[in-house]
Parts: sequence; structure tokens; C-alpha cells
Amino acid sequence: MTDRRPFQEQRAASNGRPAGTIEWTGSITERGTTMDSYYGRGIVKEPVWTPEIPMYLFTGGAAGALSVVHGVARLTGNDMLARRSLYLRAAADIASPVFLISDLGRPERFVNMLRVFKVTSPMSVGSWILLVSGGASTTAALLELTDFLRPVGWAAELVSFVSGPPLATYTGALFANTAIPVWHDARRMLPWLFGASAAATGGAAAALVTPPQAAGPARRAAIAGAAVELALNVAMERRLGLVGEVYRQGEAGRFGRIAKACTAAGAGLLAWKGRRSRAALMSGSALVLAGELALRWSVFKAGFQSARDPRYTVLPQKERLAQRKVA
Amino acid sequence: MTALAEPTGTPAAWPDTYGPEAKPRMGFFTDTSVCIGCKACEVACKEWNLIPEDGLVWTGESYDNTSELNANTWRHVAFVEQRKPLRLDGETASIVGQAAPAPEPLRWLMESDVCKHCTHAGCLDVCPTGSLFRTEFGTVVVQEDICNGCGYCVPACPFGVLDQRKLPRSPDDAPIGLPLMGKKEDGRVWKCTLCYDRLKGGHEPACAKACPTDSIQFGELDELRARAEQRLAKLETDGWNGAQLYGHDPNDGVGGFGAFFLLLDEPEVYGLPPDPVVPTRDLPETWRATAFAALALTAGLVASFLGGRS
Repeated sequence: MTDRRPFQEQRAASNGRPAGTIEWTGSITERGTTMDSYYGRGIVKEPVWTPEIPMYLFTGGAAGALSVVHGVARLTGNDMLARRSLYLRAAADIASPVFLISDLGRPERFVNMLRVFKVTSPMSVGSWILLVSGGASTTAALLELTDFLRPVGWAAELVSFVSGPPLATYTGALFANTAIPVWHDARRMLPWLFGASAAATGGAAAALVTPPQAAGPARRAAIAGAAVELALNVAMERRLGLVGEVYRQGEAGRFGRIAKACTAAGAGLLAWKGRRSRAALMSGSALVLAGELALRWSVFKAGFQSARDPRYTVLPQKERLAQRKVA
Repeated sequence: MTALAEPTGTPAAWPDTYGPEAKPRMGFFTDTSVCIGCKACEVACKEWNLIPEDGLVWTGESYDNTSELNANTWRHVAFVEQRKPLRLDGETASIVGQAAPAPEPLRWLMESDVCKHCTHAGCLDVCPTGSLFRTEFGTVVVQEDICNGCGYCVPACPFGVLDQRKLPRSPDDAPIGLPLMGKKEDGRVWKCTLCYDRLKGGHEPACAKACPTDSIQFGELDELRARAEQRLAKLETDGWNGAQLYGHDPNDGVGGFGAFFLLLDEPEVYGLPPDPVVPTRDLPETWRATAFAALALTAGLVASFLGGRS
């Protein structure tokens, strides 16, 4: 599975830049690579995050987008779409903290997240966003369901509307603010990719449970989100250069291909027949949801793969040093 | 936030927050040219800090059986066998040893690796509980009574120092790992504390105390940096092959290490990153992208209502 060609060849093959700008020597301690490394061992640690994290990216993104869908549907008098997106959003907001707490090494200490607020830690900022946003949406949903304390419900809906989009995009900063090459190098794109994925996820989730007569905005959000997400995904892989190759390998590659196929097929179906046929609307939405979940898995797994191979840490850093020496 | 982007050579807010309790910044200078690979540092660290056993395995990688720094190895001695001369003046060490005509050069590098106690520490920046903190000595320490094992510091460290400690399941554990019930594996993150407890008592860290060749030198960082410059100059005069300081420069991507090194080859040979950068240095532009993406998401979703209900 691991590509053992000399790294100059790999680099030339992967991003088309001229090979051999840096001189490399082998040592007898290496195992099949020509780059110096410590027994081929990765330099940065792989994350210890569990599969709950990509699940949370999915539910958190959906919740963030649904808050806007709900708010605008309410304002435009589309009450059916408004109610259903509110309930979906509350359900996602109940699932999200369960995933996050279950991921912790010491789940019973989850409340320690609320000891501090640190702008240097996207996880700290995100914990507070989730607390405010999830609290507001579940409150609004409960009051909507019981038809009780309407003014409080409206206030909660407003808070939920404002805090939703940051909930959907901060996870890009969460991944980017690490030493994981494939995440850190994509720091300007990950929030956009996750935002677009959130629009697709939220839109498709709402369209899945709403009849075609009322599901128009959700359907269009799913199609547009899917299109933007696909474009950003391709652009990100290209711009990453050498390290972008992890998106074509292993589990990241497999989930990436599933993501692209499902998302494109789902969005196509929604655009073609989703306006009239309930069956097409539901199956198209389900495909987009599956595609977006696979995308989150692909990005998650790519991080592990890029940490495992020291080339992705060492080569760009050596290049940086060489450039600085020239300058 | 701006302070993160600019190298200052001094940890953020340190030592001002300590007031009269402030101490000089302490650190390690690990001079690998005199390391003999005895692993006394690894053992002393284990003993003093009560670190659990770490897999008694044979790796086949020279004399190295602990492989890396992690939750249960806070000092790690790297062993590198190389077909390179130790000195550039033609003197070589040889496995042949006898009067062979032109012995193939062979050198055996040993390096005791440790947490770098960065000036701008990624682990400390990203810790969402405030468990990681900067001590009055300028070192970076995890408070184990606060850490909830979120694991964010693990990939945030450019050196791969921190790791989550996983202990085997015990019969007392909850049956299916129910999160809030029963005893369970440790799950917290652990790393070198630069023997914070010993420093508090006026002692040097256990590894430095145990090092028989003074390869691990402990002291005030400024003094160690001056000493390292002198040592490097001497090795260069003596013609040592590849001698270089690593992590002594306050202008590097992490603002200089609190624990820096004298190496005999490029950093990556020892499993160290050649040009480490604290991820948080780029956080302002990441937050900017996040904010704009959130606005665009809102605008896009609002726009999707333009085409009517169906």
C-alpha cells in the first residue's frame, strides 16, 4: 500500500513540480525509503480521536445549516419546513454532545470544557458555540412542541439562527489548527469545505422529511451545497500538492470516492426530479447525506494517513528551510 | 492573537502572571555528542514519575526498544547506525577495527529526546480545559486532575510528544464502556513535566540527575544557550561531522525550545521535524476563513429561498 518509490519520483508524479531540488542521502537505518527518517516512523502523532468525531462533524454541520433553513422558512411563512428543520436540528444537537463526550478519554470530566474560554483553541470556542447553539435549538423545539412561552421560543430561535453557521464552520478550524500536514496545509479551505458540506447535509436532511411542495429551499440548498463542496474538494486535493496524495490512497481515498459518487448522484437526482417526485426527493436526499458523511470520514482518515508517513512532515519543511536559505 | 503570530522569544504572558513568584526560565540542553545510550534518563524518569510499563518488545531497531516519546515514555533514547564518518578529518570508527586498508565509516548516534517545552506551545494553546499550563519556570505541564482526555494536544504538537495513556481494561470497568459508569482506562494525556515537583523543591530533573556523561544538562535557559554555542564551536574546530544546534533559536517557528539539542546529523534522522511551526501561528487566518465561510453559508442558505416553496 505504501508507495516506496524514491521520493523525488513520487513528488514529481504527485504535483508536477521539478524533482530533486533538495539533495537526499540514504542511511542504513532506513527501511526501503531513500529519505532520512527514524526507522520510517511518523514525526507528528496520529490523532487519538475516535469515529464519533466524523459523526459529530456530520451532525454539527447539519444542525448549523438547519438553523438558518428553519429561521428563513419561519420568516417566509413556510411553516412546514420551519417546524421540521427545527425538530431535525434539535435532534442533531442532542446527538452532537453525546458523540463528543463519548470520544473523551475521561467522559465524566466533559464539564471541564467549560472551565475556560480560549480563542487559541477551536475546541474551546466550539464547545461554547455548541452549548449556546444546542441549548437554544432544543429549547425552541421543546417550546414549539408544547406550544408554550412563545416569546421565549422566538428568542431561542434567534440565538439558534445566529450561532448555527459558526457551529458548521468552526470544525474546519478545529482540524486545521493541528500539526497534521493534510489538515494544517488546508487551513484556508477546510472551513469553506465544511460549510458547503453543512449546507448540503442540512438541506438534504430537511428535504428528506418534507413533501416536495414545501421542500424547495431545502432541496436547492442541498444541490448548491453539494456542487460547491465537490468543487472545493477537488480544489483542495490539488492545492495540497504532495500531501494531497493521501486523498487518493487507503481509506481516505475509498471514502473520498464514495463521497463524490453519492453526492454527485444525489444532487443530480434532486435537480432532475426532486421538484415533483417525493420518491426522487427522498432518495436524492439520502444519497447526498451518505455522500457528505463519507466526505467527513475521508477528511478524518486523511489526517491519520498524513501523520503516519514522515515524508509529509519532513519534505515540505526541508523545502521551506531551503527557500529561506536562498532568500 | 497578534502575539501568537510574532516571535517574541518569551512565552505569552509569562512570567508576568506569576508576579513575585516568577522564576528564571529553566530548561535542558541535550548534547548528543557525549550521549552513550545508557538509557539512565529513561529509567530515572520512569522511576521518579511512576510511569507505567510501556510494552517490553524487541523492535530490531538498534538498541531502541521504546521507539518514540509517548504517554509512558517521557525520555526516549534514539539509536542511529550510519555509514558516515564521525569526523571530517578522515578519522573513522570502524566495525572492522583492525588495520584494514580503508575501513568503511560507521558511527552510532544516540540522542535522548524529550518534550521541547516550546516558547509558543501548540499543546498549551489548544487545550480546551486549561489543563495544560505554563509554570513559573516557563515549562509546560499537564494538570492530571483536570485533563479530560479530549486529545486535541496530541496532533497539535509539531513533535508528536504528547499521547493519551490507555491502560488495559479491568474487571471493575463498566461492561460496555458506558461513559459515566464504573472504573475505566486512564484516557488522559501525559508528557514530560520537566520534573515540576523536583524543581519546586529546588532539585534538578531526574533524567539530568541520572545522566552519567552530562549529555543532559539542566539550568537557566540563557546560560544553556551560551554554553551550547561554545560546545558547537569546539566540535566544529575538532572536525565533527554534521554538528548543529536544534531548537536554540528564539526566532524559529515555536519561538525556541525550552529543551534544545546539539545533534550530529539533520533533525529528521532522529525523528525530529526540520522546521517545526506551532499550528496556532496560522490561527488568525484560519479564524478569518471560518468567519467568512459562516457568512457565506448563511447567505447561500438564505438565497436558496428565492425560488419559491417547491
